[in-house]
Amino acid sequence: MEQDVILLADHISFHYFDDNERPIPVLKDLSLTVNRGEFVAVLGHNGSGKSTLAKHFNAILLPETGNCIVDGINTREENRLYDIRQRVGMVFQNPDNQIVATIVEEDVAFALENMGVSPAEIRKRVDDALKSVGMYEFREHAPHQLSGGQKQRVAIAGVIAMRPDCIVLDEPTAMLDPRGRWEVMRTIRQLNREFGITVVLITHYMDEAAQCDRVVVMDDGKILFNAAPKEVFSHVKALHAVGLDVPQAAQLADELIELGYSLPPDVISEEECADALAALLDGAGIHPQHQA
Amino acid sequence: MLKDITIGQYFPGKSLVHRMDPRMKIILVILYIVMLFTGDNVGSLIVGIFFLLIAYPVSKIPMKMVAKGVKPVIPIILFTAVLNMLFVDGKVLWSWWVFKLTQEGIQLAVMMAVRIVCLIAGTSLLTYTTSPIALTDAIERLLSPLKKLNLPVHELAMMMTIALRFIPTLIEETDKIISAQKARGADMESGSIIDRAKAMIPILIPLFVSAFRRAEELALAMECRCYRGGEGRTRMKQLHLCGIDFVGLAFVVFCFALTLITNTLLPSMF
Repeated sequence: MEQDVILLADHISFHYFDDNERPIPVLKDLSLTVNRGEFVAVLGHNGSGKSTLAKHFNAILLPETGNCIVDGINTREENRLYDIRQRVGMVFQNPDNQIVATIVEEDVAFALENMGVSPAEIRKRVDDALKSVGMYEFREHAPHQLSGGQKQRVAIAGVIAMRPDCIVLDEPTAMLDPRGRWEVMRTIRQLNREFGITVVLITHYMDEAAQCDRVVVMDDGKILFNAAPKEVFSHVKALHAVGLDVPQAAQLADELIELGYSLPPDVISEEECADALAALLDGAGIHPQHQA
Repeated sequence: MLKDITIGQYFPGKSLVHRMDPRMKIILVILYIVMLFTGDNVGSLIVGIFFLLIAYPVSKIPMKMVAKGVKPVIPIILFTAVLNMLFVDGKVLWSWWVFKLTQEGIQLAVMMAVRIVCLIAGTSLLTYTTSPIALTDAIERLLSPLKKLNLPVHELAMMMTIALRFIPTLIEETDKIISAQKARGADMESGSIIDRAKAMIPILIPLFVSAFRRAEELALAMECRCYRGGEGRTRMKQLHLCGIDFVGLAFVVFCFALTLITNTLLPSMF
């Protein structure tokens, strides 16, 4: 893999203050790199610091110690703030609270208008962005006429229009119904594959994380695991210990291994699980009935 | 129930008036208002009505919408008419105690009533044919010279846009909160006015809390999309004056000229 680092968190720490002005550490000396074109999931239960980490990647928050480097720019460089924000787009949980304008295409144009792009270029980029999320035919609708999944795709288009190198999505599917989740995940995967946009997906859905190149598990402001989904989800016990589930297939495989059956330890999808179980049954002399 | 509320009373359409530049429409409405108040005789009122009789059919807005627009101000019209009729000096037709009905009073009352109806019908035409977002945009651009005086023109327009954007969202939220409070046994339909006003508190407080939360998130999302105020901002949709705008302008100027002519020809009634 090409080692072109786009996001680099270098030993960053951050704390909030509670109501009594006592500092509460959220990130503790955390280091993470994301390469260009990667699709990384960040998992963690509530309060693990995953949203705080996300906000460091486009200079909404600055680390107290350590440095956060975005495409070679330190987020502490105030005069390059908008360069950073244009490179790293951010999508939040509630689509209703990110849409600014009363017409879909006006909203997608918002970031470009802020950046001072020329009107003809805005028009072109807005159309491109709406097409890439499959919302072009809705360009003249009002946001409140759209479903949750559609609204979230408009929000993604609004970020894509800036032509960012990377998008950070903070639980973009948490408020959506299953269909909306599916639509949004498909859109994100497509942007990653077809346009080579680096994606950092913060989520608490295991099946979404399983579709990524790499899974980062956070707990208590630190990184617990940072590896391919197969490897991470084989640590069923450790994940349970920090309040996370694993995909059901991985859970089933793990329990069978526990009972002494010989299954490959890296099963995470339903298909892999079915194959592994079929192999096990075949070995025990049980075969599909209709087979000759 | 709350979803049926429409703000701004915009009727989407593709008529000539709909297609006019919103900036021009605002200017023309202002001109029309000035014209109504410049005219001081029967002829000038006829010109005002004549304008409406042309403008409404061209914009394909049914005339009955005028009645709808005027309805809420009928009490004001009646009130001023009665005052005018009873307290204007002139040729006395009928009198009782301190009241006297004069010919001049009746004339003035009718003139004022017609003027107010024309005023409302003319300004409603603007909101009937222009979407709120186009209006906001036009206001921002018309007021942009005031930026030199440090007036926050862009910020005001932005606030209007966001308000318009969040009206449906907050209406939906209000509906949800009402249902949630009813499910907890809130009684909003019975009792005195004071009881009912008190029953609104458990609706308004959650609504305010959530509106503030939304505002905070929206501000964050706007910052992430490089928002930094009006400076250096461009717009996707450029407003252009085209043929129809000048036709509209010519028509209003024509009506204005007619008004001025009637003023010189006919006796003033005020």
